[in-house]
Amino acid sequence: MEPSQIVKILDGGFAGEVIATSEFRGQPGITLKKDRLLDIARCLHDTPEFKFDLLRDLCGVDYKKMKKPRFEVVYNLYSITHRHTIRLNVQVDEKQPSLPSVAGVWKTADWHERECFDMYGITFDGHPDLRRILMPEDWEGYPLRKDYPMAGPDDEEWAGFKEVLKKAEEFKKFGWHLNERK
Amino acid sequence: MIIDGAMELVEIEKGIKIIPGASTVITTLDKVINWGRKSSLWPVTFGLACCAIEMMAAGSSHYDLDRLGIIFRGSPRQADCMIVAGTVTKKMAPIVRKVYDQMPEPRYVIAMGSCACTGNVYRTYSVVQGCDLFLPVDVYIPGCPPRPEALYDGLIKLQEIITKEKMRWSPLR
Repeated sequence: MEPSQIVKILDGGFAGEVIATSEFRGQPGITLKKDRLLDIARCLHDTPEFKFDLLRDLCGVDYKKMKKPRFEVVYNLYSITHRHTIRLNVQVDEKQPSLPSVAGVWKTADWHERECFDMYGITFDGHPDLRRILMPEDWEGYPLRKDYPMAGPDDEEWAGFKEVLKKAEEFKKFGWHLNERK
Repeated sequence: MIIDGAMELVEIEKGIKIIPGASTVITTLDKVINWGRKSSLWPVTFGLACCAIEMMAAGSSHYDLDRLGIIFRGSPRQADCMIVAGTVTKKMAPIVRKVYDQMPEPRYVIAMGSCACTGNVYRTYSVVQGCDLFLPVDVYIPGCPPRPEALYDGLIKLQEIITKEKMRWSPLR
């Protein structure tokens, strides 16, 4: 099926959910509202003509000061059977950054959503195990947000690293090399 | 054996003498111990990022670290050298430190690559700005990643450091 056709069918079937459609170099994209995301995902996954059985990627975007609403979550879908592809951009509000989880539709989404939560603080309702995946569990803040300082917060070092520094200092007295150094 | 007073000791290297015909070497304990240590550096098998690929290349047949007596060990308890090969993240730092703490003395640390030396371009929230913040580093090898030749140079530098050590085997020093 031609990508533009898929976009057209979706636009018809989920009227009011689709905010904008776009096509660039044969790659169709749809910007969606988040409310019926799960229905749309199921439709794309289950309908035999679409059969988007592979979630190629899921990632967050922070459009601070560039767009409103601030966040977007991007789903790149591919059909192994039909070899067609589509991109969904789902808008997420800053005040209540949450989305329905698609982990029940594509198992892949599990860790991708965890990463998105870890980096942007976007929560996924109905996710089986929404924990941080890259940063330590007691990390504070969401590093890929545009307002997160690049080198980390100046005032507060992560407790786990402070502990290592303390330990390194403390264990110096057991080292054999202290007389030679310094 | 009785050493004939007339027999001359032959100095074969600075500080090392032999008695001709007696298969005997006279030297200091420092020299013997340091020679032993530098000739059998056993680094712990521990890689963090892309530098580890170069480290593996240096250890494999083409560059062959074995010919310097450098054999990678699977356990920190059998190792006396740690090559910090790659970017150390804050999340990884406690583990790196734990591996170092498990190594028996005498132990040496080589910071391999710009990331391990200084954090490289990653002045970010998650990267440790140089592993010398929590480890006593002996040799720094710059490069991104350093070629196996550079790692060789670093290891030979470490051997030179070990050669110059004094009484690191005695609590009385």
